[in-house]
Amino acid sequence: MRERAPDIVIDVAGLTKSFGARMVVKNLTLQVRRGQIYGFLGPNGSGKTTTIRMLCGLLTPDSGTGTCLGYDIRTQSQLIKRRVGYMTQRFSLYQDLSIRENLEFVARVFGIADPRKAASEAIARLGLSGREDQLAGELSGGWKQRLALGACILPQPDLLLLDEPTAGVDPKARRDFWNEIHALAGEGLTVLVSTHYMDEAERCHEIAYIAYGELLAHGPVEAVVRSAGLQTWRVEGEDLHVLAQALMKLPGVEMVAPFGASLHVGGRDHAALEAAIAPWRADPRYVWRADEPSLEDVFIDLMGRAKDNFP
Amino acid sequence: MSLIPARARSSFSRFFAMLMKEFIQLRRDRVTLATMISVPLMQLFLFGYAINTTPRDLPTAVLLQENTDVGRSILAALRNTAFFDIRQVATSEAEVDSLLRAGSVLFVIEIPAGFERALRRGETPAMLVAADATDPVAAASALGALEGVVQSALSRDRVTTVAAPVQPAFEIRQHRRFNPAGASQLNIVPGLLGTILTMTMLIFTALSVTREVERGTMESLLAMPIRPLEIMLGKIAPYVAVGFLQAALIVTAGVFAFGVPVVGNLALLAALSTLFIAANLSIGYTFSTLAQNQLQAVQMAMMFFLPNILLSGFMFPFAGMPVWAQWIGECLPLTHFIRIARGVMLKGADMMDLQRDAMWLAGLMLIAMTIAVRRFRQTLD
Ligand SMILES: Nc1ncnc2c1ncn2[C@@H]1O[C@H](COP(=O)(O)OP(=O)(O)OP(=O)(O)O)[C@@H](O)[C@H]1O
Ligand SMILES: [Mg+2]
Repeated sequence: MRERAPDIVIDVAGLTKSFGARMVVKNLTLQVRRGQIYGFLGPNGSGKTTTIRMLCGLLTPDSGTGTCLGYDIRTQSQLIKRRVGYMTQRFSLYQDLSIRENLEFVARVFGIADPRKAASEAIARLGLSGREDQLAGELSGGWKQRLALGACILPQPDLLLLDEPTAGVDPKARRDFWNEIHALAGEGLTVLVSTHYMDEAERCHEIAYIAYGELLAHGPVEAVVRSAGLQTWRVEGEDLHVLAQALMKLPGVEMVAPFGASLHVGGRDHAALEAAIAPWRADPRYVWRADEPSLEDVFIDLMGRAKDNFP
Repeated sequence: MSLIPARARSSFSRFFAMLMKEFIQLRRDRVTLATMISVPLMQLFLFGYAINTTPRDLPTAVLLQENTDVGRSILAALRNTAFFDIRQVATSEAEVDSLLRAGSVLFVIEIPAGFERALRRGETPAMLVAADATDPVAAASALGALEGVVQSALSRDRVTTVAAPVQPAFEIRQHRRFNPAGASQLNIVPGLLGTILTMTMLIFTALSVTREVERGTMESLLAMPIRPLEIMLGKIAPYVAVGFLQAALIVTAGVFAFGVPVVGNLALLAALSTLFIAANLSIGYTFSTLAQNQLQAVQMAMMFFLPNILLSGFMFPFAGMPVWAQWIGECLPLTHFIRIARGVMLKGADMMDLQRDAMWLAGLMLIAMTIAVRRFRQTLD
């Protein structure tokens, strides 16, 4: 009988990690409840991979404490490893082993009674029947990701740590991937998934945004958007890049981002923002509309502010 | 249900997973496989045939200063041995000088005028030998061979039945036990067996951990519940079989191509060879856990290989080395294996004779394994 995972599956506080003199993760506190799909977002080099590695015992935190599946991340990593499926950012199964051989290897390492049968089931579940003898190194990017996910869930873990599982995968494969993840979460699996895609973030129950090693926002998507307190405007018209240049220098304007034929302009001080854009609102060349800030607007704003604070 | 505790069973399952994986990878690596078979055979035949310190067909000139029975019979004896190839029988000093300088002969044997007469009077006359000593090994062993040839020629002629035995001007030849003909292959093949195994085994495992790190597969592996000891044993075990195959190949070639006997127990040789193979694999694996990348691991293996060759008694006689070098030699697996291989193959030694060397091998293996398991990086820090 499998032990039931505790209600708080990931519970860490004050995690800090430096490489040399560079502090890559700073005082990170995170809680993930069972059965949740938790999105982990942040710009390149913000410390997502490093955090995930600390959670599954691949890196030792410099300071901070916490538990993963109820086990101490510092002292019980052997126990954590048995019940966690970690999908690495870079494909890390054996390229010179076939799909079946890779899966059987995983099954044996996890001590599954009948590795051949377990591998066959995983192959069927992944829709890889008939290609099982193909070498993993010869698979396309999308199929590699599927195989990697299959290898992660084969030992029936309680927690999945997925590090950018859909990077470079086409939209259809991406959608299938997310449907699968939702199905798994429905079965009680907890999933922590890092991503750079906004649409994926919106499919998570909760998200955390990290930049330069610091957790800047977390919670359900709407709450994160709301708590940012961002007011945004959408402008349409001619020569928007000239307008963007001019707006960026003004006080109160914290975010200017072009979106197709329009420009998103935002700031948290509503009065200052409106004062800044007032001269252009009267200009007949531009059409201004008050807009709901998107998650991306919020992230770009958060990142801009984090960079200002970054020494 | 089972008598085996669950912990041991799952540990074995993880070891077995690693072993199967390594076997499959090895099977798929055609280049490595081909190298594993061809390199030992190539080395064996190169060393066995080309590097041969027993003289054979040394180009020689004879300067015959007198035309006597003794002179003629020495000449005939020289012609009859395989050691010398008599290219020319010269009559003047100047002639042989130029032959030697030109390198058309490596050896000049001079039978001076009055040699027979002096011999019959018991005066121990000198037979002059000029050797091209640019190859000192060939020269020294040819000198040794010459003495025997001349002595037996003279005794056949009954010249030496006179009171004083002939004492030629060269050193007394050593009595060569276990290798009466002084055939160097007999000595070299057991040594080569050890040398070839050392080199290939070290390289195989020296790459095993660093390869996983460089290919990125280490991250997945470390995230799984597998322990350093299981990884190590799973990575070493397939190569024990490979090493055993190599050893069998070399011994077979040695027996059939070079006529090296296996005087002692073949099973004992097989068992101790396996121990030696495992010891080298463990040392190579240790390098793999210490090195940052594959290049470093190979360099470490080479650094270790060099003293093995020089100080093990393979190249130079062990007893002739200074004491400090002998101490280093004792800490090298090849030293002990050469004693084992020569002992079993040439002298018929048994386990009692070899237990000290076997203990050394086992000890070195355990030390290497302990270091490897302790130094194995279980995190990516
Ligand atoms: N082993 C290491 N040694 C030194 N520096 C490292 C190491 N691993 C990561 N870093 C650095 O730490 C920072 C954070 O890296 P990390 O991989 O955690 O970022 P990330 O959020 O996963 O980025 P990405 O979105 O590009 O995957 C980076 O600047 C990286 O260069
Ligand atoms: Mg990353």
